[in-house]
Amino acid sequence: MATQVATSRRGGSRSSGIRSGERLAGWLFSLPVIIILGVFLFIPVVMAIWVSFSDWSGRGSPLSSGVNFIGLGNYSDVTGGGGLAEKNFGIAIRNNAWYVILVVPIQTVLSLFLAVLVNRAILRGRSLFRMAFYFPSVTSSVAITVLWLFLFSTTGVINKVLSWFGVNGPNWFNDPRGIVHVALGAMGVDAAPTALTSHGLLGIDWWEWLSGPSFAMSAFVLMAVFTTSGTFMLLFLAALQNINPELGEAASVDGANGWQRFWRITLPQLRPTLFTVLTLGLIGTWQVFDQIYTGTQGGPGKTTLTPAYLSYESAFINQQWGRGSAIAFILFLIIIVFTLFQRWVLRERKVSKRRSYNHQAKGKKS
Amino acid sequence: MSVTETRPEAARQHEPLNRFTRLRRQAKRLGIGQWALYALLIGMSLIYIYPFLVEVATSFKTDTEAASDPIGLVPNIFSWAAYSRLFAHSDFPRWFMNSAIVTVFVTAGRVFFVSLAGYALARLHFRGRGFVFAMVVGVMAVPGVVLLIPKFLVLKELHLYDSYPGMILPLLVDAAGVFIMKNFFESIPVSVEEQARMDGAGTFRVFWSIVLPMARPALITIVILSFQGSWNELSHFIVSTQSPELTTLTKGVASLASGQLSQGTQYPIKLAAAALMTIPVAVMFFIFQKRIMNNTQGAEKG
Repeated sequence: MATQVATSRRGGSRSSGIRSGERLAGWLFSLPVIIILGVFLFIPVVMAIWVSFSDWSGRGSPLSSGVNFIGLGNYSDVTGGGGLAEKNFGIAIRNNAWYVILVVPIQTVLSLFLAVLVNRAILRGRSLFRMAFYFPSVTSSVAITVLWLFLFSTTGVINKVLSWFGVNGPNWFNDPRGIVHVALGAMGVDAAPTALTSHGLLGIDWWEWLSGPSFAMSAFVLMAVFTTSGTFMLLFLAALQNINPELGEAASVDGANGWQRFWRITLPQLRPTLFTVLTLGLIGTWQVFDQIYTGTQGGPGKTTLTPAYLSYESAFINQQWGRGSAIAFILFLIIIVFTLFQRWVLRERKVSKRRSYNHQAKGKKS
Repeated sequence: MSVTETRPEAARQHEPLNRFTRLRRQAKRLGIGQWALYALLIGMSLIYIYPFLVEVATSFKTDTEAASDPIGLVPNIFSWAAYSRLFAHSDFPRWFMNSAIVTVFVTAGRVFFVSLAGYALARLHFRGRGFVFAMVVGVMAVPGVVLLIPKFLVLKELHLYDSYPGMILPLLVDAAGVFIMKNFFESIPVSVEEQARMDGAGTFRVFWSIVLPMARPALITIVILSFQGSWNELSHFIVSTQSPELTTLTKGVASLASGQLSQGTQYPIKLAAAALMTIPVAVMFFIFQKRIMNNTQGAEKG
């Protein structure tokens, strides 16, 4: 409608004075946003790209004449070369990859589950339950991390609860053992097969890649699920409320049970929201920083080191600004690649294919 | 009784009974299912809320009790020590003030700038509008952690590092907010403004006294988002400040957590700080909870 009005106005006999006034106003109104985004986002990114190709050591301006262009040096240091820089980067990628692999599916399934639960029309106190699930999402990551450090401390709430079941809880935030390694150890696999230790990627061998998240990282995984499931629950809830109930009722009359209705009727309609949640999840989980800065600074044994924190640490603490910037841009690239990949996996397929996909999904579940 | 009533009817007509018993069976199952549902929901909510109750309870415990009984919600010895130490012997009040200053300026600035730009992009016709909009969308795609080093570099270059303007200015505009406002303005009818403009009101007059009052619901969304965002912001303050006088709550409490305190674990004081810094966003949440809960729909579309 707006465009219709606009075109009719353009064709009308309105004096050009108002139109030029509008042109000026348009630019004036957008100017603050343009300036701030330009000065504090666009220019900085360009500067950082330059720094990532330079040997700037943090002294003086990175634009001064003493700073040299060193090509891809900073990038090749962290992706190859066999040095400590490469190993640290490899460890950070491994840690964060496990974090992503665990957090994204768990938070998506849990938030969908919560949304379906609180969406029941007959439910009393719906808003109370929603508030309870959403509340952790509004608090700051710093406050939650402090709370988590207490809950998961040696004498904390989690270990207390575990002890009721006769489980001797680990020393969460001080335990660098990977949970996959621990599980394998419990089954009697203590030593790594040489096939896995003799080869590797980014300076760490495959056995180390497969270690799983450490106990410390696992606590952060639970924290991420705890703080984000409420937000995503609201997204799913909004989508569920937009679904036409008639389809489900028709299926119900045809004798479809709750599970069938959910998998074949509700879930396909939630596809756009599922897409949003997975995208936001992927983007968010590759950027773990606040909790690491507040809680562990990468420890124990570098098992909570993430690319985001490594980038910060390289630049602001070790004064290797080029390396820090290079890591940040590689991370940027990783996020883009993952987002595109996920877009491709979830792309809109032809109906017949989608139907067969749903059959498979249902088969797996039941 | 109902059974004897329906039985003869069933003998006559097979179909209705079937439907009737099926409905009854469904209702019965619903009864049990309903109980299970409530039990599940209450259990889940407890998992989500109990940690915060523990947080508050522990802040009133002594150090030894926090270690010996982490779960109990009623302290044996009720102690204000954590709070009195925070307020009398630490920079906590200063941190709180800095966070408040930044949050107020950022929220006020964002509401104004974001709605101005959103209005321009939705309603005003000017050359380059498509370009400005593309830039806003492009910026939204850049992940925050990529900007840590860049922001520091530019703040240094502009001599804004370690100052209030350096803390506030980069947060003043939020691309997502521009997006939300643009979508909102596009959803309201253009006729009222048209009338006002026909009567000769200038563009800013129309915006300020006619459009903005209509945009209240969207503006409240922006207020909530920017209040929460700037109060909880950590990484920007890490890269934009270093002096203790400019430390915000997030940065200060993070330093408490990573062991700035002299000895011991001192959980009560850390949790007291965490609880206090949660209060403003919690109050905001309870005031606007209806709006927050119902607004995600619009936000998602945006």
